[in-house]
Amino acid sequence: MADPQPSLRQRLALRGIDGVTLLALPAVLFVLAVFIYPFAYGLLLSFEPKEGGALANYQRFFSDPFLYRTIATTLWLAVPVTIISLALAVPIALRVRLMTRQRLLTTILVLPITLGTVLVAEGLLNYLGPQGWFSRTLMLFGVIEHPLKLTNNYWGVFASLIITGFPFTFLLTLSYVTGIDPALEHAAATHGAGAWQRFRHVFLPLLAPGLAISACLSFVQAFAVFPSAILLGAPAGPTRVISIAAYQAAFEQYDYSMASAIAMIMAAVQMVIVVAILAFRNLFYRGSTAGGKG
Amino acid sequence: MIRDTTIGAKLWITAVWAVVIFFVLNLAAMIVAVILSSFGTRWLGTWLPAGFTDRWYFAAWSEFQLHDVLIVTFQIAFIVVALSGLLGVTAAYALARRDFPGKKLVMLLFLLPLLVPPITFGIPLATVLYQAGVGGTFWGVVIANLVPTVPFVILVMIPFIEQIDPKIEAAARVFGANTFQLFIHVLLPMLVPGILAALLLVLVRTVGMFELTFLTAGPTSQTLVVALYYSVFASGVRAVQSIDAMAVVYMITTLVWLLIALRFVNPTQIVARAKQAPSQP
Repeated sequence: MADPQPSLRQRLALRGIDGVTLLALPAVLFVLAVFIYPFAYGLLLSFEPKEGGALANYQRFFSDPFLYRTIATTLWLAVPVTIISLALAVPIALRVRLMTRQRLLTTILVLPITLGTVLVAEGLLNYLGPQGWFSRTLMLFGVIEHPLKLTNNYWGVFASLIITGFPFTFLLTLSYVTGIDPALEHAAATHGAGAWQRFRHVFLPLLAPGLAISACLSFVQAFAVFPSAILLGAPAGPTRVISIAAYQAAFEQYDYSMASAIAMIMAAVQMVIVVAILAFRNLFYRGSTAGGKG
Repeated sequence: MIRDTTIGAKLWITAVWAVVIFFVLNLAAMIVAVILSSFGTRWLGTWLPAGFTDRWYFAAWSEFQLHDVLIVTFQIAFIVVALSGLLGVTAAYALARRDFPGKKLVMLLFLLPLLVPPITFGIPLATVLYQAGVGGTFWGVVIANLVPTVPFVILVMIPFIEQIDPKIEAAARVFGANTFQLFIHVLLPMLVPGILAALLLVLVRTVGMFELTFLTAGPTSQTLVVALYYSVFASGVRAVQSIDAMAVVYMITTLVWLLIALRFVNPTQIVARAKQAPSQP
């Protein structure tokens, strides 16, 4: 009775496709419909401008300083914020790793991420404002004579990005740092390596993949800065970031084609930087973060 | 434990903690300033407000129609939680248990909406939603918010499901359970902690999700964070204190859920979401 040719159902099941696999189908279709389709649609729409040839939107973007300068403006915020967040996160994570009770600190740091950029912007408007506690404290200690101007300019947005971005980078880095077997550091210390040598030759190579991912995610988050650039910055000038340009094209000029083009340029810049970071990371060691033999 | 006893090492450790303390102090001062201002009568050019009152809360409640906004916020958040749980947990189960051609591609598909920032995909998404006629409506906001939350639930749940021994499911199958019964009577009870954690984080994320809601909400489908944005944007029209009162209401609605969520998850998991479960030896 043995059938020499198994049924289609059996052949599919052998390759891992059966009723259970189909449970993934609704979610796959959903993400295709609301994420991939709009992206593809936006890409096509960006080549169908209101007037001019297929590339007219892109030509307009790169010939109008009011538009193309938004890339530099956004990078000027996102790159320093990423570098500072990462430079602070690594030493702090290496210290916090040794703490037995990290929970309180990690809970405090998850607050600004949860509260979000709108609330941080609202809080900083008061706190960093000319009558706020920050300038007041500095004046009390005689560091400055007149209140610093920290809102409605570059520094307000910068501060809000650090307040939400640093905890994000830190918690991500911490999760990578705690994944490294402490025995590796102990082995290095036994062989007489100093603190800097242990960091440079043990931690840094093992952390490189994690740090690259942290850098990519922090950068992408900072590059997409939106509400705080409007509320806390100078959205007409020094902090006119690329997302403001895209938003204005879509919801103030109702030029969805141009807005899509700007969104695609935004995605492209993010991708270029992410690829650059990952390529740079490939120059470093790849391998296991676990200790032991093998 | 390695002890560094040189002067340089001690200075370095002190410097590291000084940075942490500086950051936490500024963060705390910022939050306290908002809370104090919301209870203050007049606060100009002094360290503390001139007096304290609770009238700004009543003012904010009526001025910003907080009652309606809160109801809409929770309706949207709970529908997003329910739908992303339904779509996410079933898909996570399939991905945790089956290996099929193209699985890597499917995983990438679920990773992308979490990696691409909301404002980048939100603008094309809002365009499509407005053309489909759901932009500016309640369901438009729900759909937009589901885009990152469905993949989030999937990626959080996969390691949870992988931890469960497949032999338990095999046993249930032997006794004649079908896939639906298996889910309800065997898997669901074991997955409750994981699902609860994932869904609470979805709730926190949805209440705090500004960009996607902002791009797709109409006047009657604004959530609290979008209403807060508009009132800060138009500050000068309303008293600062009543905006601060609204900010405090927003903080409370978010932090209550965060505190509950933190009973089930470690704070680092909130950002490092796609962490792989340790592989079995």
